[in-house]
Amino acid sequence: MTDSVDVLQMLKLVYTLYTVAVISLMGWFALGVANPKGKPRLVKAPTFYTYVGVLITVGVAIHIVTFNKIPWVEIDFKRDSIQPAQVVNIAIEKHEFILPSPKIELQCNEYILFDVVSKDLTYGFGIFRQNNSMVTQMQVLPGSRNDLMWKFHKNGLYHLRSTEYSGPKGAHMYVKDVFEVSGCDEDDKHSQKGGN
Amino acid sequence: MSFLNTLINGNEGGLKTDGLTPTQKVTLRAVIVGILYYGLSALEGMMMRAHAISPLPMLDDSHYFSVMTVHPIVGIFGSTYLVVFGAFTFLVPYLMKKPLYSIKLANATWMLIAVGVLMSWLGGFIFHYAPLYTLYWPLPVDFSQFDAVGGLVFILGIALIMIGTLGFIYNIFATVFYTEEGHEKRPMKPLIISGLGIDGMLNIIYKLSGREPYSKEPAVSLPVVAIFRGTIDTFLDALVILTCGVLILVYIVGDLSGATMDYTSVNALLYKNFFWWGLDLIADGLVLIYIAGSWYLLAMLITGKKLFMQNIARAALLLELIVSWAVWSHHLLADQGQNNMMKLISGEMVTAFELVTQGIAIFITLVTLWSARPLKMSNELKFLLGGILGFMLAVPAGIIQADMGLNRILHNTQWVAGPHFHVALLVGLTMTLYSAVYILWPTLTNGVKLYSQKMANYHFWAHLVGGIGMGAFMGMAAMDGALRRTLYFDGEYQTYMILAGICGLLLLSAWVVFLLNILMSVGVKGLIGVFTKSKLTTKALVPEA
Repeated sequence: MTDSVDVLQMLKLVYTLYTVAVISLMGWFALGVANPKGKPRLVKAPTFYTYVGVLITVGVAIHIVTFNKIPWVEIDFKRDSIQPAQVVNIAIEKHEFILPSPKIELQCNEYILFDVVSKDLTYGFGIFRQNNSMVTQMQVLPGSRNDLMWKFHKNGLYHLRSTEYSGPKGAHMYVKDVFEVSGCDEDDKHSQKGGN
Repeated sequence: MSFLNTLINGNEGGLKTDGLTPTQKVTLRAVIVGILYYGLSALEGMMMRAHAISPLPMLDDSHYFSVMTVHPIVGIFGSTYLVVFGAFTFLVPYLMKKPLYSIKLANATWMLIAVGVLMSWLGGFIFHYAPLYTLYWPLPVDFSQFDAVGGLVFILGIALIMIGTLGFIYNIFATVFYTEEGHEKRPMKPLIISGLGIDGMLNIIYKLSGREPYSKEPAVSLPVVAIFRGTIDTFLDALVILTCGVLILVYIVGDLSGATMDYTSVNALLYKNFFWWGLDLIADGLVLIYIAGSWYLLAMLITGKKLFMQNIARAALLLELIVSWAVWSHHLLADQGQNNMMKLISGEMVTAFELVTQGIAIFITLVTLWSARPLKMSNELKFLLGGILGFMLAVPAGIIQADMGLNRILHNTQWVAGPHFHVALLVGLTMTLYSAVYILWPTLTNGVKLYSQKMANYHFWAHLVGGIGMGAFMGMAAMDGALRRTLYFDGEYQTYMILAGICGLLLLSAWVVFLLNILMSVGVKGLIGVFTKSKLTTKALVPEA
């Protein structure tokens, strides 16, 4: 099952290739446009319309691909109609997470609903691996429902961090090793205690 | 000539300010102050870059976040707004072939913005008021963390900036519409239709239906269409920010007078929607539109040719109007209270259109340049190409994060700050502005010779490599989970932060070299002379021959 590490590695590869291609293209253009032997050339209208067509296709295709390949998008869309196997209620007040217990055990391959309430400011709710990479996150606004549904497929121990700025006092909103997932066939190699 | 002599008197006699018209002077004033504010913003940026490598002892948490709060205020309003407004104050009358509507108002504009930025900066520097530019409710009125007096100074500064902005808007629209003395009255309808870019759309429709063009000679030139269109977004944005400012001010005054008000009276999600709708008109509205217009103008000036596919360009600017009003939800993709259909339509689908509108601007500009080759690789051309490259990198980075799947793991990470908006602003926008500065230089200074081409070359390469490099390393840190607006104390992303810091230093050095080159060209005397009253009483833009 695809997780955020896979998605981010793919993004890193694709965007790096794109960056190299674009820089090369502009380098080629700069050399060509200033080439003393270069001759003016007009581009025909069909070329332009083909280019616009490609832009529209790429713009739409990104979202279609991610909808089909990233598993959490569909869960997010349908979370109101999915019965969660476990609900984790968390409150935030005065820059502190108020947790139901110091360590929260999460079931593997089940729908987990994180229901987070802010009692004062706008905060963030983010789950991070031992190597600090992000698993998931949401914004936590006062006066709004902040519900994030997630399925874990790997065993691991995860940190909790506020992913939104809530003033200087919120700079240390970080709770280590708070979520533990067990019972999966596979371990999250980036989130084992003492691992990388 | 000695270094000191050149520094004081300028290159080959420097800038003769007695010969500058009032319009030239007011333009130069805004641009100079804008360039100085850029330096302040770059210094603040370097402080934060250094702090990200290893926490600086003199920066405690509240000081650090107050620097982070004022950094975009100084960078966007103090630098970009002033340089852009200054340039457009000259270009609109220049392109409309008539004097600026009001030089007094133009002077008031740059002064209000400059003072407003200084006040906001002081709110952060002295009082450590630090709700960040996002002002997420109710953080700006959290007086358990911030001094209400600091909030008052900061918000009044923002209000001054917005009032100055309204002054600029009035002056631009008035310049487009007014009829100068001794001329036949200019009809409003063709100016409005052309200013909005509707004539371009009608020309395409008429052509498709086999009719004669709606307008063979548009009433307003294409760059002015872009300025006109972008200025509509500038107006709406100013109204929204002013409204939020007044709301915050009410709470501040309440606190200072002992009548503390309940902040839950304001719905945080509704406020966030309203605020982002307005603020996004800068990022996804006026910046993109002003930039497209600047590219078109620069391409035409550099090549001396008409723009490729003029009607499409005009129509695309109208499309950008609609798009810019409907994309704000991409800032709320991580807000679970935000309606899913809003996220899908506004946040993803309409936002994706920016790839199309900006892609069209890039294509038209490059094809226009290519149609005139061979071109001399002048400063204005190389900076223009750098600016285009910046947006070619930053716009797709923005489209990627405006996706419900990817936003879940990119929101508020260094991806947003690095590859997206710092590359867009530093490489895309700023290099385009430098291109405009270089091309307008002879016209605005009455032909002062640039002190050193080698320094101009260093400025170009250091800025380009520094800007792209800093964005790239921040982006790589984001892939490993690095958040923005977050302090790390255990050296989590140190390698990337060191590399990003080196690139930041390159950017800062580029600005220092550019400033020195300008100073050595015009001389300190010339620089001071720009701020004295013009000895010419003419309304003409440049001295009459």
